Amino acid sequence: MKKNASKSSAWHESFRILVRNRLAKTGLIVIALYLFTALIAPFFVPYDPLQLNLPNTLQPPSSAHFFGTDEFGRDIFSRIIVGARISLFIGVGAVLIALFFGTLLGTVAGYFGGRVDSIIMRIMDIQLSFPGIVMAILIVTILGPGLINVLIAVGMHSIPMFARMVRGSVLSVKENEFVLAARSLGANDLRIILKHVLPNCMSPMIVLVTLRIGTAIVTAAGLSFLGLGAQPPMPEWGAMLASGRTYLRTAFWIATIPGLAIMTVVFGFNLFGDGLRDALDPRMKS
Amino acid sequence: MQDYLVRRLLEIIPVFFAVTAIVFFMLYLMPGDPAQLLAGSDASIEDIQAIREELGLDKPLVTQYFIYMKNLLRGDMGKSIRTGRPALREIADRYPNTLLLAAGSLVVMIVIGLITGILSAVKQGSWLDNASMVVALFGVSVPNFWLGLMLMLLFSVHLGIFPTTGTGTFKHLILPSLTLGTNATAVVARLTRSSMLEVIRQDYVRTARAKGLSEVKIILLHAFRNALIPVVTIVCLRAGVMLGGAVLVETVFAWPGVGWLMIDAIGARDYPVVRGCILIVAISFVIINLIADLLYGLIDPRISYK
Repeated sequence: MKKNASKSSAWHESFRILVRNRLAKTGLIVIALYLFTALIAPFFVPYDPLQLNLPNTLQPPSSAHFFGTDEFGRDIFSRIIVGARISLFIGVGAVLIALFFGTLLGTVAGYFGGRVDSIIMRIMDIQLSFPGIVMAILIVTILGPGLINVLIAVGMHSIPMFARMVRGSVLSVKENEFVLAARSLGANDLRIILKHVLPNCMSPMIVLVTLRIGTAIVTAAGLSFLGLGAQPPMPEWGAMLASGRTYLRTAFWIATIPGLAIMTVVFGFNLFGDGLRDALDPRMKS
Repeated sequence: MQDYLVRRLLEIIPVFFAVTAIVFFMLYLMPGDPAQLLAGSDASIEDIQAIREELGLDKPLVTQYFIYMKNLLRGDMGKSIRTGRPALREIADRYPNTLLLAAGSLVVMIVIGLITGILSAVKQGSWLDNASMVVALFGVSVPNFWLGLMLMLLFSVHLGIFPTTGTGTFKHLILPSLTLGTNATAVVARLTRSSMLEVIRQDYVRTARAKGLSEVKIILLHAFRNALIPVVTIVCLRAGVMLGGAVLVETVFAWPGVGWLMIDAIGARDYPVVRGCILIVAISFVIINLIADLLYGLIDPRISYK
């Protein structure tokens, strides 16, 4: 009972630090607006995001088309809103993949140690020897282009970050006396991991999830920009940006607006993630 | 130090084999016949048969891997399907451009990142500090492929100061370097600031001040040198990550480097070149990380390589 009380006050304290942080609050507002845009706004878009309107191509922003129209006369505002849903789907989906497998591998490596640990971590190191987006490019080249494949590629690409972080946390948590106590009371490994070790690794996990959603959104958009991800006419932000490249001189808004959308969303996740890190785990501050 | 160097070099060997294995198996994981993939879609049956024999595709996978490795160690990565030239030649032609771009971005990152970070820390809480840190926050979040287009729009299309795409002169290098360097510059600026702030409060800085040293001397000789250690770590790590980012930036600026070649080759299904590019980028990355490791020791004598 007493342990619970101190735990809830620790969360409470973190929450207090978080709400006092203006930047984190800004980030949270951006994320909330983004979630609203992605989940609810697509039902209210003014135009069909896929509807061609050839007499109306390359129109600059106006009251009829807030963000102008693209090379096929499609309303960019509507496409951006529907695109928010796609980026949210990829961002969250990819991070969930990475969180699940990363936690699984990191826990096994950290908890059991020894040879299992070396094997798992060497595999993670090898994956990390492909810089940045290159691992994701490799996976997408194998799987072929497409939205779901991008989601898988970006997810796999993030697994090592989660595995390393979870392993590190597990290594320190498992030395605690309450783990020893649980073991001496006869708890088996699975129970110790699920009930005692992982709950105590939550803080860095929450931070990493928040920060990685932003990274996943940029990586996925980058793959689509390269033509390896979502294919036209899907209103995916990176693909929209890529098609706007051709019209940079004549219709700059086609490439500008999707980029602004990506940056704003990632900015929100980074601000909030930074704030969370300061609140939950001051040691992680870099 | 010497022992450490040898050990780190030895550690690279298994990584090298693992990376080549991944690149090797890439083709076998793709749908379709590897010989057909390597020969290209319009290859004749004889061509495909020739590749099949050359790679021993009827032999066990492990044997094929050894043939691949044997060829690789002789510098043979196969022939480009598009040009018929050796893939390694194609890559070697482009590699200096990627290095040049990375070097340009490194200069941007170090010069702008360090100066901004130091000034922000020295003038903590001033408008300069706040403004640079807000810009840095945006710099961390901006997708570089979009930033490249926006810089191009402003400086090339509207102001006409820099060329839009291509390579050849110093002017061609500026926008791509700025683009590729921005994310890292922002990270370095933020880290330099926080590292400086920590160091400035130390006793030895107070002592230096008490001795009556000039502020510039205190900041540069006493504070900055000690603040540098975490910064060097991130600079080196970022230098490696840039190799990945270069894929996008090179594509934006039609910069004829390895990254652009890779994307171009993927589009053309020129798989020998794709494999070669991925391999070269990964090996370069591993080497940069090794250099980073060794640099820490030079900067911080407290790190012992035992």
